[in-house]
Amino acid sequence: MLSIKNLQVKLEDEDKQILKGVNLEVEAGKVHAIMGPNGSGKSTLSYVLSGKGGYEVTGGSAHLDDIDLLDLEPEERAAAGLFLAFQYPVEIPGVGNMTFLRTAVNAQRKARGEDEMSAAEFLKVVRAKAKDLKIDAEMLKRPVNVGFSGGEKKRNEILQMAMLEPKMCILDETDSGLDVDAMKLVADGVNALRSEGRGFLVITHYQRLLDHIKPDIVHIMADGRIVKTGGPELALEVENNGYADILAEVA
Amino acid sequence: MADAVVKSDPTEALIASLAMPDATWAKPAREDALARVRTMGLPQRRDEYWKYTRPDTLTQIGAPKAAVLVMDEAPMFDEVDRLRIVFVDGVYDAEASDDLSLEGVTIERLAAASSDLHWATCVYGVLEARGQTPVARPLAAVNTAFATDGVLIHVTGKPNKPINLVYHHKSETSDAILHNCIKMDAGTEVTLLENGPAAARFNKVLEVEIADGAAFHHIRAQGRDHERRAATHIFSRLGAESEFHSFTMTVNGQLTRNDCVIELTGDDAIANVAGACVGDGDFHHDDTVFITHDAVNCRSRQVFKKVLRNGATGVFQGKILVKAGAQKTDGYQISQALLLDGDSQFLAKPELEIYADDVACSHGSTSGAIDEDALFYLRSRGVPEAEATNLLTLSFLAEAVEEISDEALREDMTVRLAAWLMRHRG
Ligand SMILES: Nc1ncnc2c1ncn2[C@@H]1O[C@H](COP(=O)(O)OP(=O)(O)OP(=O)(O)O)[C@@H](O)[C@H]1O
Ligand SMILES: [Mg+2]
Repeated sequence: MLSIKNLQVKLEDEDKQILKGVNLEVEAGKVHAIMGPNGSGKSTLSYVLSGKGGYEVTGGSAHLDDIDLLDLEPEERAAAGLFLAFQYPVEIPGVGNMTFLRTAVNAQRKARGEDEMSAAEFLKVVRAKAKDLKIDAEMLKRPVNVGFSGGEKKRNEILQMAMLEPKMCILDETDSGLDVDAMKLVADGVNALRSEGRGFLVITHYQRLLDHIKPDIVHIMADGRIVKTGGPELALEVENNGYADILAEVA
Repeated sequence: MADAVVKSDPTEALIASLAMPDATWAKPAREDALARVRTMGLPQRRDEYWKYTRPDTLTQIGAPKAAVLVMDEAPMFDEVDRLRIVFVDGVYDAEASDDLSLEGVTIERLAAASSDLHWATCVYGVLEARGQTPVARPLAAVNTAFATDGVLIHVTGKPNKPINLVYHHKSETSDAILHNCIKMDAGTEVTLLENGPAAARFNKVLEVEIADGAAFHHIRAQGRDHERRAATHIFSRLGAESEFHSFTMTVNGQLTRNDCVIELTGDDAIANVAGACVGDGDFHHDDTVFITHDAVNCRSRQVFKKVLRNGATGVFQGKILVKAGAQKTDGYQISQALLLDGDSQFLAKPELEIYADDVACSHGSTSGAIDEDALFYLRSRGVPEAEATNLLTLSFLAEAVEEISDEALREDMTVRLAAWLMRHRG
């Protein structure tokens, strides 16, 4: 489903190579996790896949099924089914959360040649999904992420994901800043979306999220490369021993 | 030759080109205003409050040509039950206007009001004259001296619908001077709606005397004609526990100078003045506001937002003056510009002058581009770039539009601004 081949990325304005040849295949129906030390390039990978400016792809490719992602505008990638839950969700003063969600849902439908969702239908769906994530009506009315706590922002990301029903979901440290109960809510939200046709790439530092969202494959990223790939036991190894052993082993 | 000397003076030349209407009761006020014009002279580039805006096309004899826009959308305030008073190129259109009788107000036209003991004597030119210090506003004095028409509204109750002054611009060279006066008795309330460009060039003055406990609401849209030029002044004096709320939307217009001069003279009064303007290309918009706090426990708010592109210019000159003894003053002022490209500019001069010690005043002015992180966030959710830009732009303007308390009017303004953004994207 998501196929990344030898992806190399540098900063646009600086002579700094961040991704140094990333290879990664996420199959439909599977959950892959990426762990790795701070600054290893995990967020950069997620940004480059979703089309953020400021980076220059110097080599390699990234496809979603047979679509060349790197060729597309960010909104086209989204319409093609790619979704990124941001490590740091952005605050947008003045734009109501509801307006934001409805605009996004309908923009994607329009891009795919589908009918827009009626206001009534939208309201019904969003209320139900918000309830599952314990997002109250008041939060839906507020401007996007403005005044939201860290955990509320992360739940709001999952709400967007639930509304947009993407086929490839990238979650960048969605667990950071969540209390134990919120972690469970978010994990339930993700698990509810797990299906045969959908792939997940979960970036995290902690085993705890992976207790709830059981990954099929775990990758370790270091210095702009995937340096090791294994099963769920790899995450436990990191949890217990840190990265030193793994990095020494691959060096 | 003495004659030639006089004519070479631009102030005298302009005066000579205009005719003073002979309304009996207003005659002394007009004569006084004319004397003020002679003393002050016309505004010039070197004047402190004309540094950022060239006054020459506003003071030259005759209006520079302005093409007439063919309207392609529903008239403003169409959905609102209102009393319409229509002026075409500054001339009253009786046929298009509603009957001027409305419970709670008496409405007369300036050009038709002839009684010698007219109530408007204590408003006409009076507030304008007070507003000439400490900053001279010669164009307003020219208006008082030579205004050809306008409306005089005496508010004695709470009329059940707004009064709507509708202005049409039909001639490419029309030059209108209109003067409106409102006198509000204690405890009354009225809403004034104004829309449309009054002429190719217009000079408008609105004087509003607000007695204790009265509330004035003003919503104004200055039309969409690209080449029109405007100089407008609002002068208002507020009594105790009274309220003044004014919102102006400006889309297009080659030159707009909106002055607003407010005096809070009674305790516990509230004055809010806000504006949202959007300009593309040959657009120069200047908001010049002067609010004087001269009573205890008054609140004032100035909220101005400007969206500029393709070399458009925005100016904001806003002052809060807190006089000695005006304790517990709460003064707020924000002026912000969103520059959609590198060619546009925003010039701001926020000022505070405070002579009381127990006051809370704040002012802020910013100008910047679209927030790239917010734009990417929206696009990553599938919202196309142009639509995302418009959404962010509207949200930028929202803080000013939200100053309108009436929901339907607020929505109408938002729809018009959104339509402008659609027409002027990318
Ligand atoms: N726009 C940028 N400007 C400068 N440096 C950048 C930029 N984006 C990424 N970097 C650098 O690239 C490296 C990788 O950053 P990235 O955010 O991808 O790391 P990460 O693996 O997500 O780290 P963390 O676990 O702390 O979230 C870091 O050294 C970071 O400072
Ligand atoms: Mg990161």
